[in-house]
Amino acid sequence: MNDRSIAAIQAEIEEEFSMFDDWTAKYEYLIDLGRSLPLIDPALKDDDHLIRGCQSRVWMASALEGENMRYTADSDAIITKGIIGLLIRVLDNHPPEEVYAADLTFIDAIGLREHLSPTRANGLLSMVKQMKYDALAHTAKKSS
Amino acid sequence: MFSASELLELRAQFPILESTVHGKTLVYLDNAASTHKPDRVLESMNAYYRTTHSNVHRGVHQLSQKATEAFEQAREEVRLHLNASDASEIIFTKGCTDAINTVASGYAELLRAGDEVLVSTLEHHSNIVPWQMACRRSGAVLRVIPINDSGELLWDVALLSPRTRLVAVNHISNALGTINPIEQIVRDCHAQHTAVLVDGAQSGPHLSIDVQALDVDFYTLSGHKIYGPTGIGVLYGKRALLDALPPYQGGGDMIKTVRFEETTYADPPFKFEAGTPNMAGAIGLAEALRFVRDVGLKRIQEHETALLTQASAELAGMSELRLVGTAQRKASVLSFLIEGAHPYDIGVLLDHMGIAVRTGHHCTQPLMERLGIPGTARASFALYNTPVEVEAFVQAVRKATSMLYEPTQA
Repeated sequence: MNDRSIAAIQAEIEEEFSMFDDWTAKYEYLIDLGRSLPLIDPALKDDDHLIRGCQSRVWMASALEGENMRYTADSDAIITKGIIGLLIRVLDNHPPEEVYAADLTFIDAIGLREHLSPTRANGLLSMVKQMKYDALAHTAKKSS
Repeated sequence: MFSASELLELRAQFPILESTVHGKTLVYLDNAASTHKPDRVLESMNAYYRTTHSNVHRGVHQLSQKATEAFEQAREEVRLHLNASDASEIIFTKGCTDAINTVASGYAELLRAGDEVLVSTLEHHSNIVPWQMACRRSGAVLRVIPINDSGELLWDVALLSPRTRLVAVNHISNALGTINPIEQIVRDCHAQHTAVLVDGAQSGPHLSIDVQALDVDFYTLSGHKIYGPTGIGVLYGKRALLDALPPYQGGGDMIKTVRFEETTYADPPFKFEAGTPNMAGAIGLAEALRFVRDVGLKRIQEHETALLTQASAELAGMSELRLVGTAQRKASVLSFLIEGAHPYDIGVLLDHMGIAVRTGHHCTQPLMERLGIPGTARASFALYNTPVEVEAFVQAVRKATSMLYEPTQA
């Protein structure tokens, strides 16, 4: 279990991003983040885990580990991968009910909304939906 | 190359170029996807709706006759632009894709099992998929013209067999900018009685096209890529071939007589224009064609080639970049990759610097697969782009490169 709540982690990310005074610094950070995270077991980068965007590809795998959802993901585009790093930091290792209910306010707050717009064909919006869907599936299993 | 004052005058006709994105002046280099529209095109469409509009053909009342005249005058303008021998060879379509589908759908009925259709590796999906569909329906076989690593067609008359009924190829590649040897392909094909369809989506804005001199059997144009409106395009076809081609869609305007037992079709072009046509679109397109001729297609091409040469020379000097598509004969398109970076990343960073380029596979997945890349970032130039904009683009690519470049592990 993550020792901080989803809301607390989002607040922490917002705090970090408030220090960037221009877009360049923000994107350099995302690129670094994308580079520094070995996010997914290469064996999971298959069609079963592929979330199709039109341009960049995203792979995502999830599992219930004890009481908590665990997520790994990757993308062939580095900026997308950096944003994935943030999404996982927020949603990984929390109970499925909390993941499903999470309101991802940090996206707007740090000015990355455009990357999760339905018109942006990068797979990120579909990935978030899939993360929540997987959490919902485990919520249902636990309560049945 | 247009002079600075000529460029200012041209740009003043395109108010959208004054836009700002992310707080920066827009540098619009996505012209191969769609060009902007000069005021005179917008005004021609406005004037049509304000003063002339009514449904065309068979109207007795005066306004309908006025609208019909304006619509048919637009057809005459396209005929003149392409130097077709007769206006009945000019069919208005929704666009290039629709024009190709019109021919492919007719060929689906004309092709026999074992016949062959030849497309090229450089084709846009819209000049591949309709032919796959026609082949599936008819039992014909789709074959492919290969390319070299520079993105040039490896055309060889031996690619034609006695069963090759049609070759479908673009005049200019949308992804790489390669200008294809249409004259030679047509000569070789006609020697074997094979028809040739040329997808002119990309050539329309850059080349002066004479369908009789080229001797092509079918040629297509896209309105919105040649400073005209969206939702309008052109299919040119030789009259004898159009007479033999079954109609694409059924409906009003395309018939001679309708009885429940049997319907007879109108003659071209109406046979292929079922339903109320896009009159305002046709009129806007005709004005766009007058516009490019007034500016001068030769001068437009010279200007765009100068911009392409300037951009290519700057980018070619950067070792972190790879230019994709280095054909001897190229028009107005600069596709590239930053080593270690995905095209999507390049596009996102350039956008933040106000530069609009297209990224991705450009609807040419088989071409990207052949080149072994996921896609490219593509800058494409139009008559209103300036050397200053090219410099801004180059600087933005330098900055994106400094942020993204990662040497690939050998």
